[in-house]
Amino acid sequence: MDNHFEAGLDTLKQKLLTMASHAETAVNQAVQALVQRDSALALRVKEDDNVIDQFEVEIDELAIQLLTKAPLATNLRLVTVAMKISQDLERIGDEASKIAKRARDLSLEPPVKINLDLPRIAGLALDMLKAALDAFVNRDSAAARAVIPRDKEVDALNKQIHAALVQHMVENPATIGRCLHWIVAAKSIERIADHATNVAEDVVYLCEAQDIRHTGVKSQAVSP
Amino acid sequence: MATTQNNSDAALIVRNLSVFFGNRAAVKDVSLDVTARAVTAIIGPSGCGKSTFLRALNRMHELNPEARMEGEIKLFGDDIYSRNVEPVVVRRRIGMVFQKSNPFPTMSITENVTVGLRLNGVRERKLLAERTEQSLRMSALWDEVKDRLHAPAISLSGGQQQRLCIARALAVQPEVLLMDEPASALDPLATSKIEELILQLKKDYTIVIVTHNMQQAARVSDFTAFFYIGELVEFDATAKIFTSPSKKQTEDYVTGRFG
Amino acid sequence: MTAENHNWRNFKNAFMQTLTFACAILVIMPLLLVFYHLIKEGFSSINLAFFTQLPKPVGEVGGGMGNAIAGTFILLAQAAVIGVPVGVLGGVFLSEYGGTKLNWWIRFAADILNGVPSITWGIVVYALMVVPMHGFSALAGGVVLGMMMIPLVMRTTEEVLQLVPGGYREAAFALGISKWKTIVQIVVRTALKGIVTGVLLALARVAGETAPLLFTALGNRFWAHSLTEPIAAMPLQIFAYAISPYDDWHRQAWAGALVLLLLVLAINVGVRFLTRDRFQHKV
Repeated sequence: MDNHFEAGLDTLKQKLLTMASHAETAVNQAVQALVQRDSALALRVKEDDNVIDQFEVEIDELAIQLLTKAPLATNLRLVTVAMKISQDLERIGDEASKIAKRARDLSLEPPVKINLDLPRIAGLALDMLKAALDAFVNRDSAAARAVIPRDKEVDALNKQIHAALVQHMVENPATIGRCLHWIVAAKSIERIADHATNVAEDVVYLCEAQDIRHTGVKSQAVSP
Repeated sequence: MATTQNNSDAALIVRNLSVFFGNRAAVKDVSLDVTARAVTAIIGPSGCGKSTFLRALNRMHELNPEARMEGEIKLFGDDIYSRNVEPVVVRRRIGMVFQKSNPFPTMSITENVTVGLRLNGVRERKLLAERTEQSLRMSALWDEVKDRLHAPAISLSGGQQQRLCIARALAVQPEVLLMDEPASALDPLATSKIEELILQLKKDYTIVIVTHNMQQAARVSDFTAFFYIGELVEFDATAKIFTSPSKKQTEDYVTGRFG
Repeated sequence: MTAENHNWRNFKNAFMQTLTFACAILVIMPLLLVFYHLIKEGFSSINLAFFTQLPKPVGEVGGGMGNAIAGTFILLAQAAVIGVPVGVLGGVFLSEYGGTKLNWWIRFAADILNGVPSITWGIVVYALMVVPMHGFSALAGGVVLGMMMIPLVMRTTEEVLQLVPGGYREAAFALGISKWKTIVQIVVRTALKGIVTGVLLALARVAGETAPLLFTALGNRFWAHSLTEPIAAMPLQIFAYAISPYDDWHRQAWAGALVLLLLVLAINVGVRFLTRDRFQHKV
């Protein structure tokens, strides 16, 4: 019955989705800059992070305003979940910035002769994020739940990349500096997948009113 | 739909309660348990039967000659509608506070507080004085009126009068206190005093409150029952009803889509 | 909105205002006239003897209406004893008990009774009491006045009780107070001033009734020594003196009328005084 309120909720959802697409683009571009050694692209990613940060501020402000209208039930869950998702998206943006920074550093030095499939792990992480966001739009709890176990695959892949880089560093001490950049970049992607998992858990809470965070069956706690 | 909590915690057990006015059923086949020493709120759109339901709990609906009830209500195990039970006795165990405060205009503050006792035969002055102070303290009115206990009750403000009515109800030491929209005629400050009072009182009393203000129900109650056109649609912990209700009707009402 | 219409409207307004004012004055005129005449004719005859002495035989100057004044009070006392309990309790029944159908009939009957000519009341009590008792009596006079009071007091009591908000009854029931105690200690107590007003006004009304007393109390030249004797009453005495051919008695009739009017006036003023700050509390 409250059209103004419903309109406010719609605006909130729209802002969130727009912020999400910015975050996805940032990750894509950061990985591209890394793989293609594109310093200019890396710089753009870092600058665009401000846009993502601004979105978080706006979404939080709008959410607080909506909370003063004392929403209940689904509306209440939607507003609180929106605030949480926006925080995860902002962190994803930060991780993209970190990747971009490493991309820029690596582009200033000769490439390392190692075959890493960063686009693949990045692709997995981004697919998870997309699936979680689609579940949010469609209020599809099952789809959101399906995202969560995929984090294991990303963790495993990260471990592989990590091991390969460590071995390379042992065999070629001169590449240690550059390999460390790669390690950090891969770690950032693994964190992006973690954030995507958080978003999925938030979507489950929104749909089912069940809080499934920290309930075992997640990937290992902290990767070295 | 009845959510029966652990029965030993139930102050009132209502089973299949229906209330008819002539041929019209105002309350249809309601069953629920009211937990002792907790606040149970009854919400729903106007005309949904919540006040009628409340009045059936202390047999007040019998004041209307056309009213008739079916079903069973037990107060701590005693059937309040059994033939051996006088309605008057039920109402001493289950008290009621009304929407419009109604202190008796010909009586002073202290006479109002003790009227339930005096008109039921209690004469001992010491007991009456003690009970007066006790009840006025419990309803957070003592400090404001202790120096003018013999002033006319109607000289108090609206919010004070309502607290006086609460003290009057508490003076007969009921086990359950029913409140029919107790704060709806009061300004926000007086309302919040009443709500604070309810949260204090629930330590010792079982309280059932009818309210059309969902925020109020969310603030003061532990359990909430949602009524719609005479039927109990959903009854659960307040937190659940207001964050994730099970029934779509409840969700629609609570998010303001109707009513 | 022409100037002509404007003037015509103004004139109409002024005319109506003057007309209604004149009518209002016309209403008060009789009261003023009555007072003027009564005071002019009767004031001189009012002295202590008037209130304490019996009428003197014809031809002798002096004497008073002591027996009539006392008689009026005795009759009113009897009327109150009959009229007040029955009327008030009847009003309580109508307001607090009874089914709607029954109550409708009772109210209907009471309203008819209130309109019955007082002489009819007199004839009825004549047949019911005077004939079987083989004589006129103060008792019969008291009874007829009491019976006239009943429907009046009943209706005013009922109306006043209905004005007591239902919330008070509900609050009392919710405290576990029984119905009868609620009625007496809460409802009637709240409405008490109104009930007393109704009773006093009914008394003022029957104080001046003459016709029914003609058939019941009859009147008495002397003090009545028991209730089974005829008794003097002011309206009767005034009537008897007024139609007599003696000037002295005429003067005393004027005085009696003045005293009677002052009695009624005193009751009305008393009522106003009693109800002066009723229901002025904050709502």
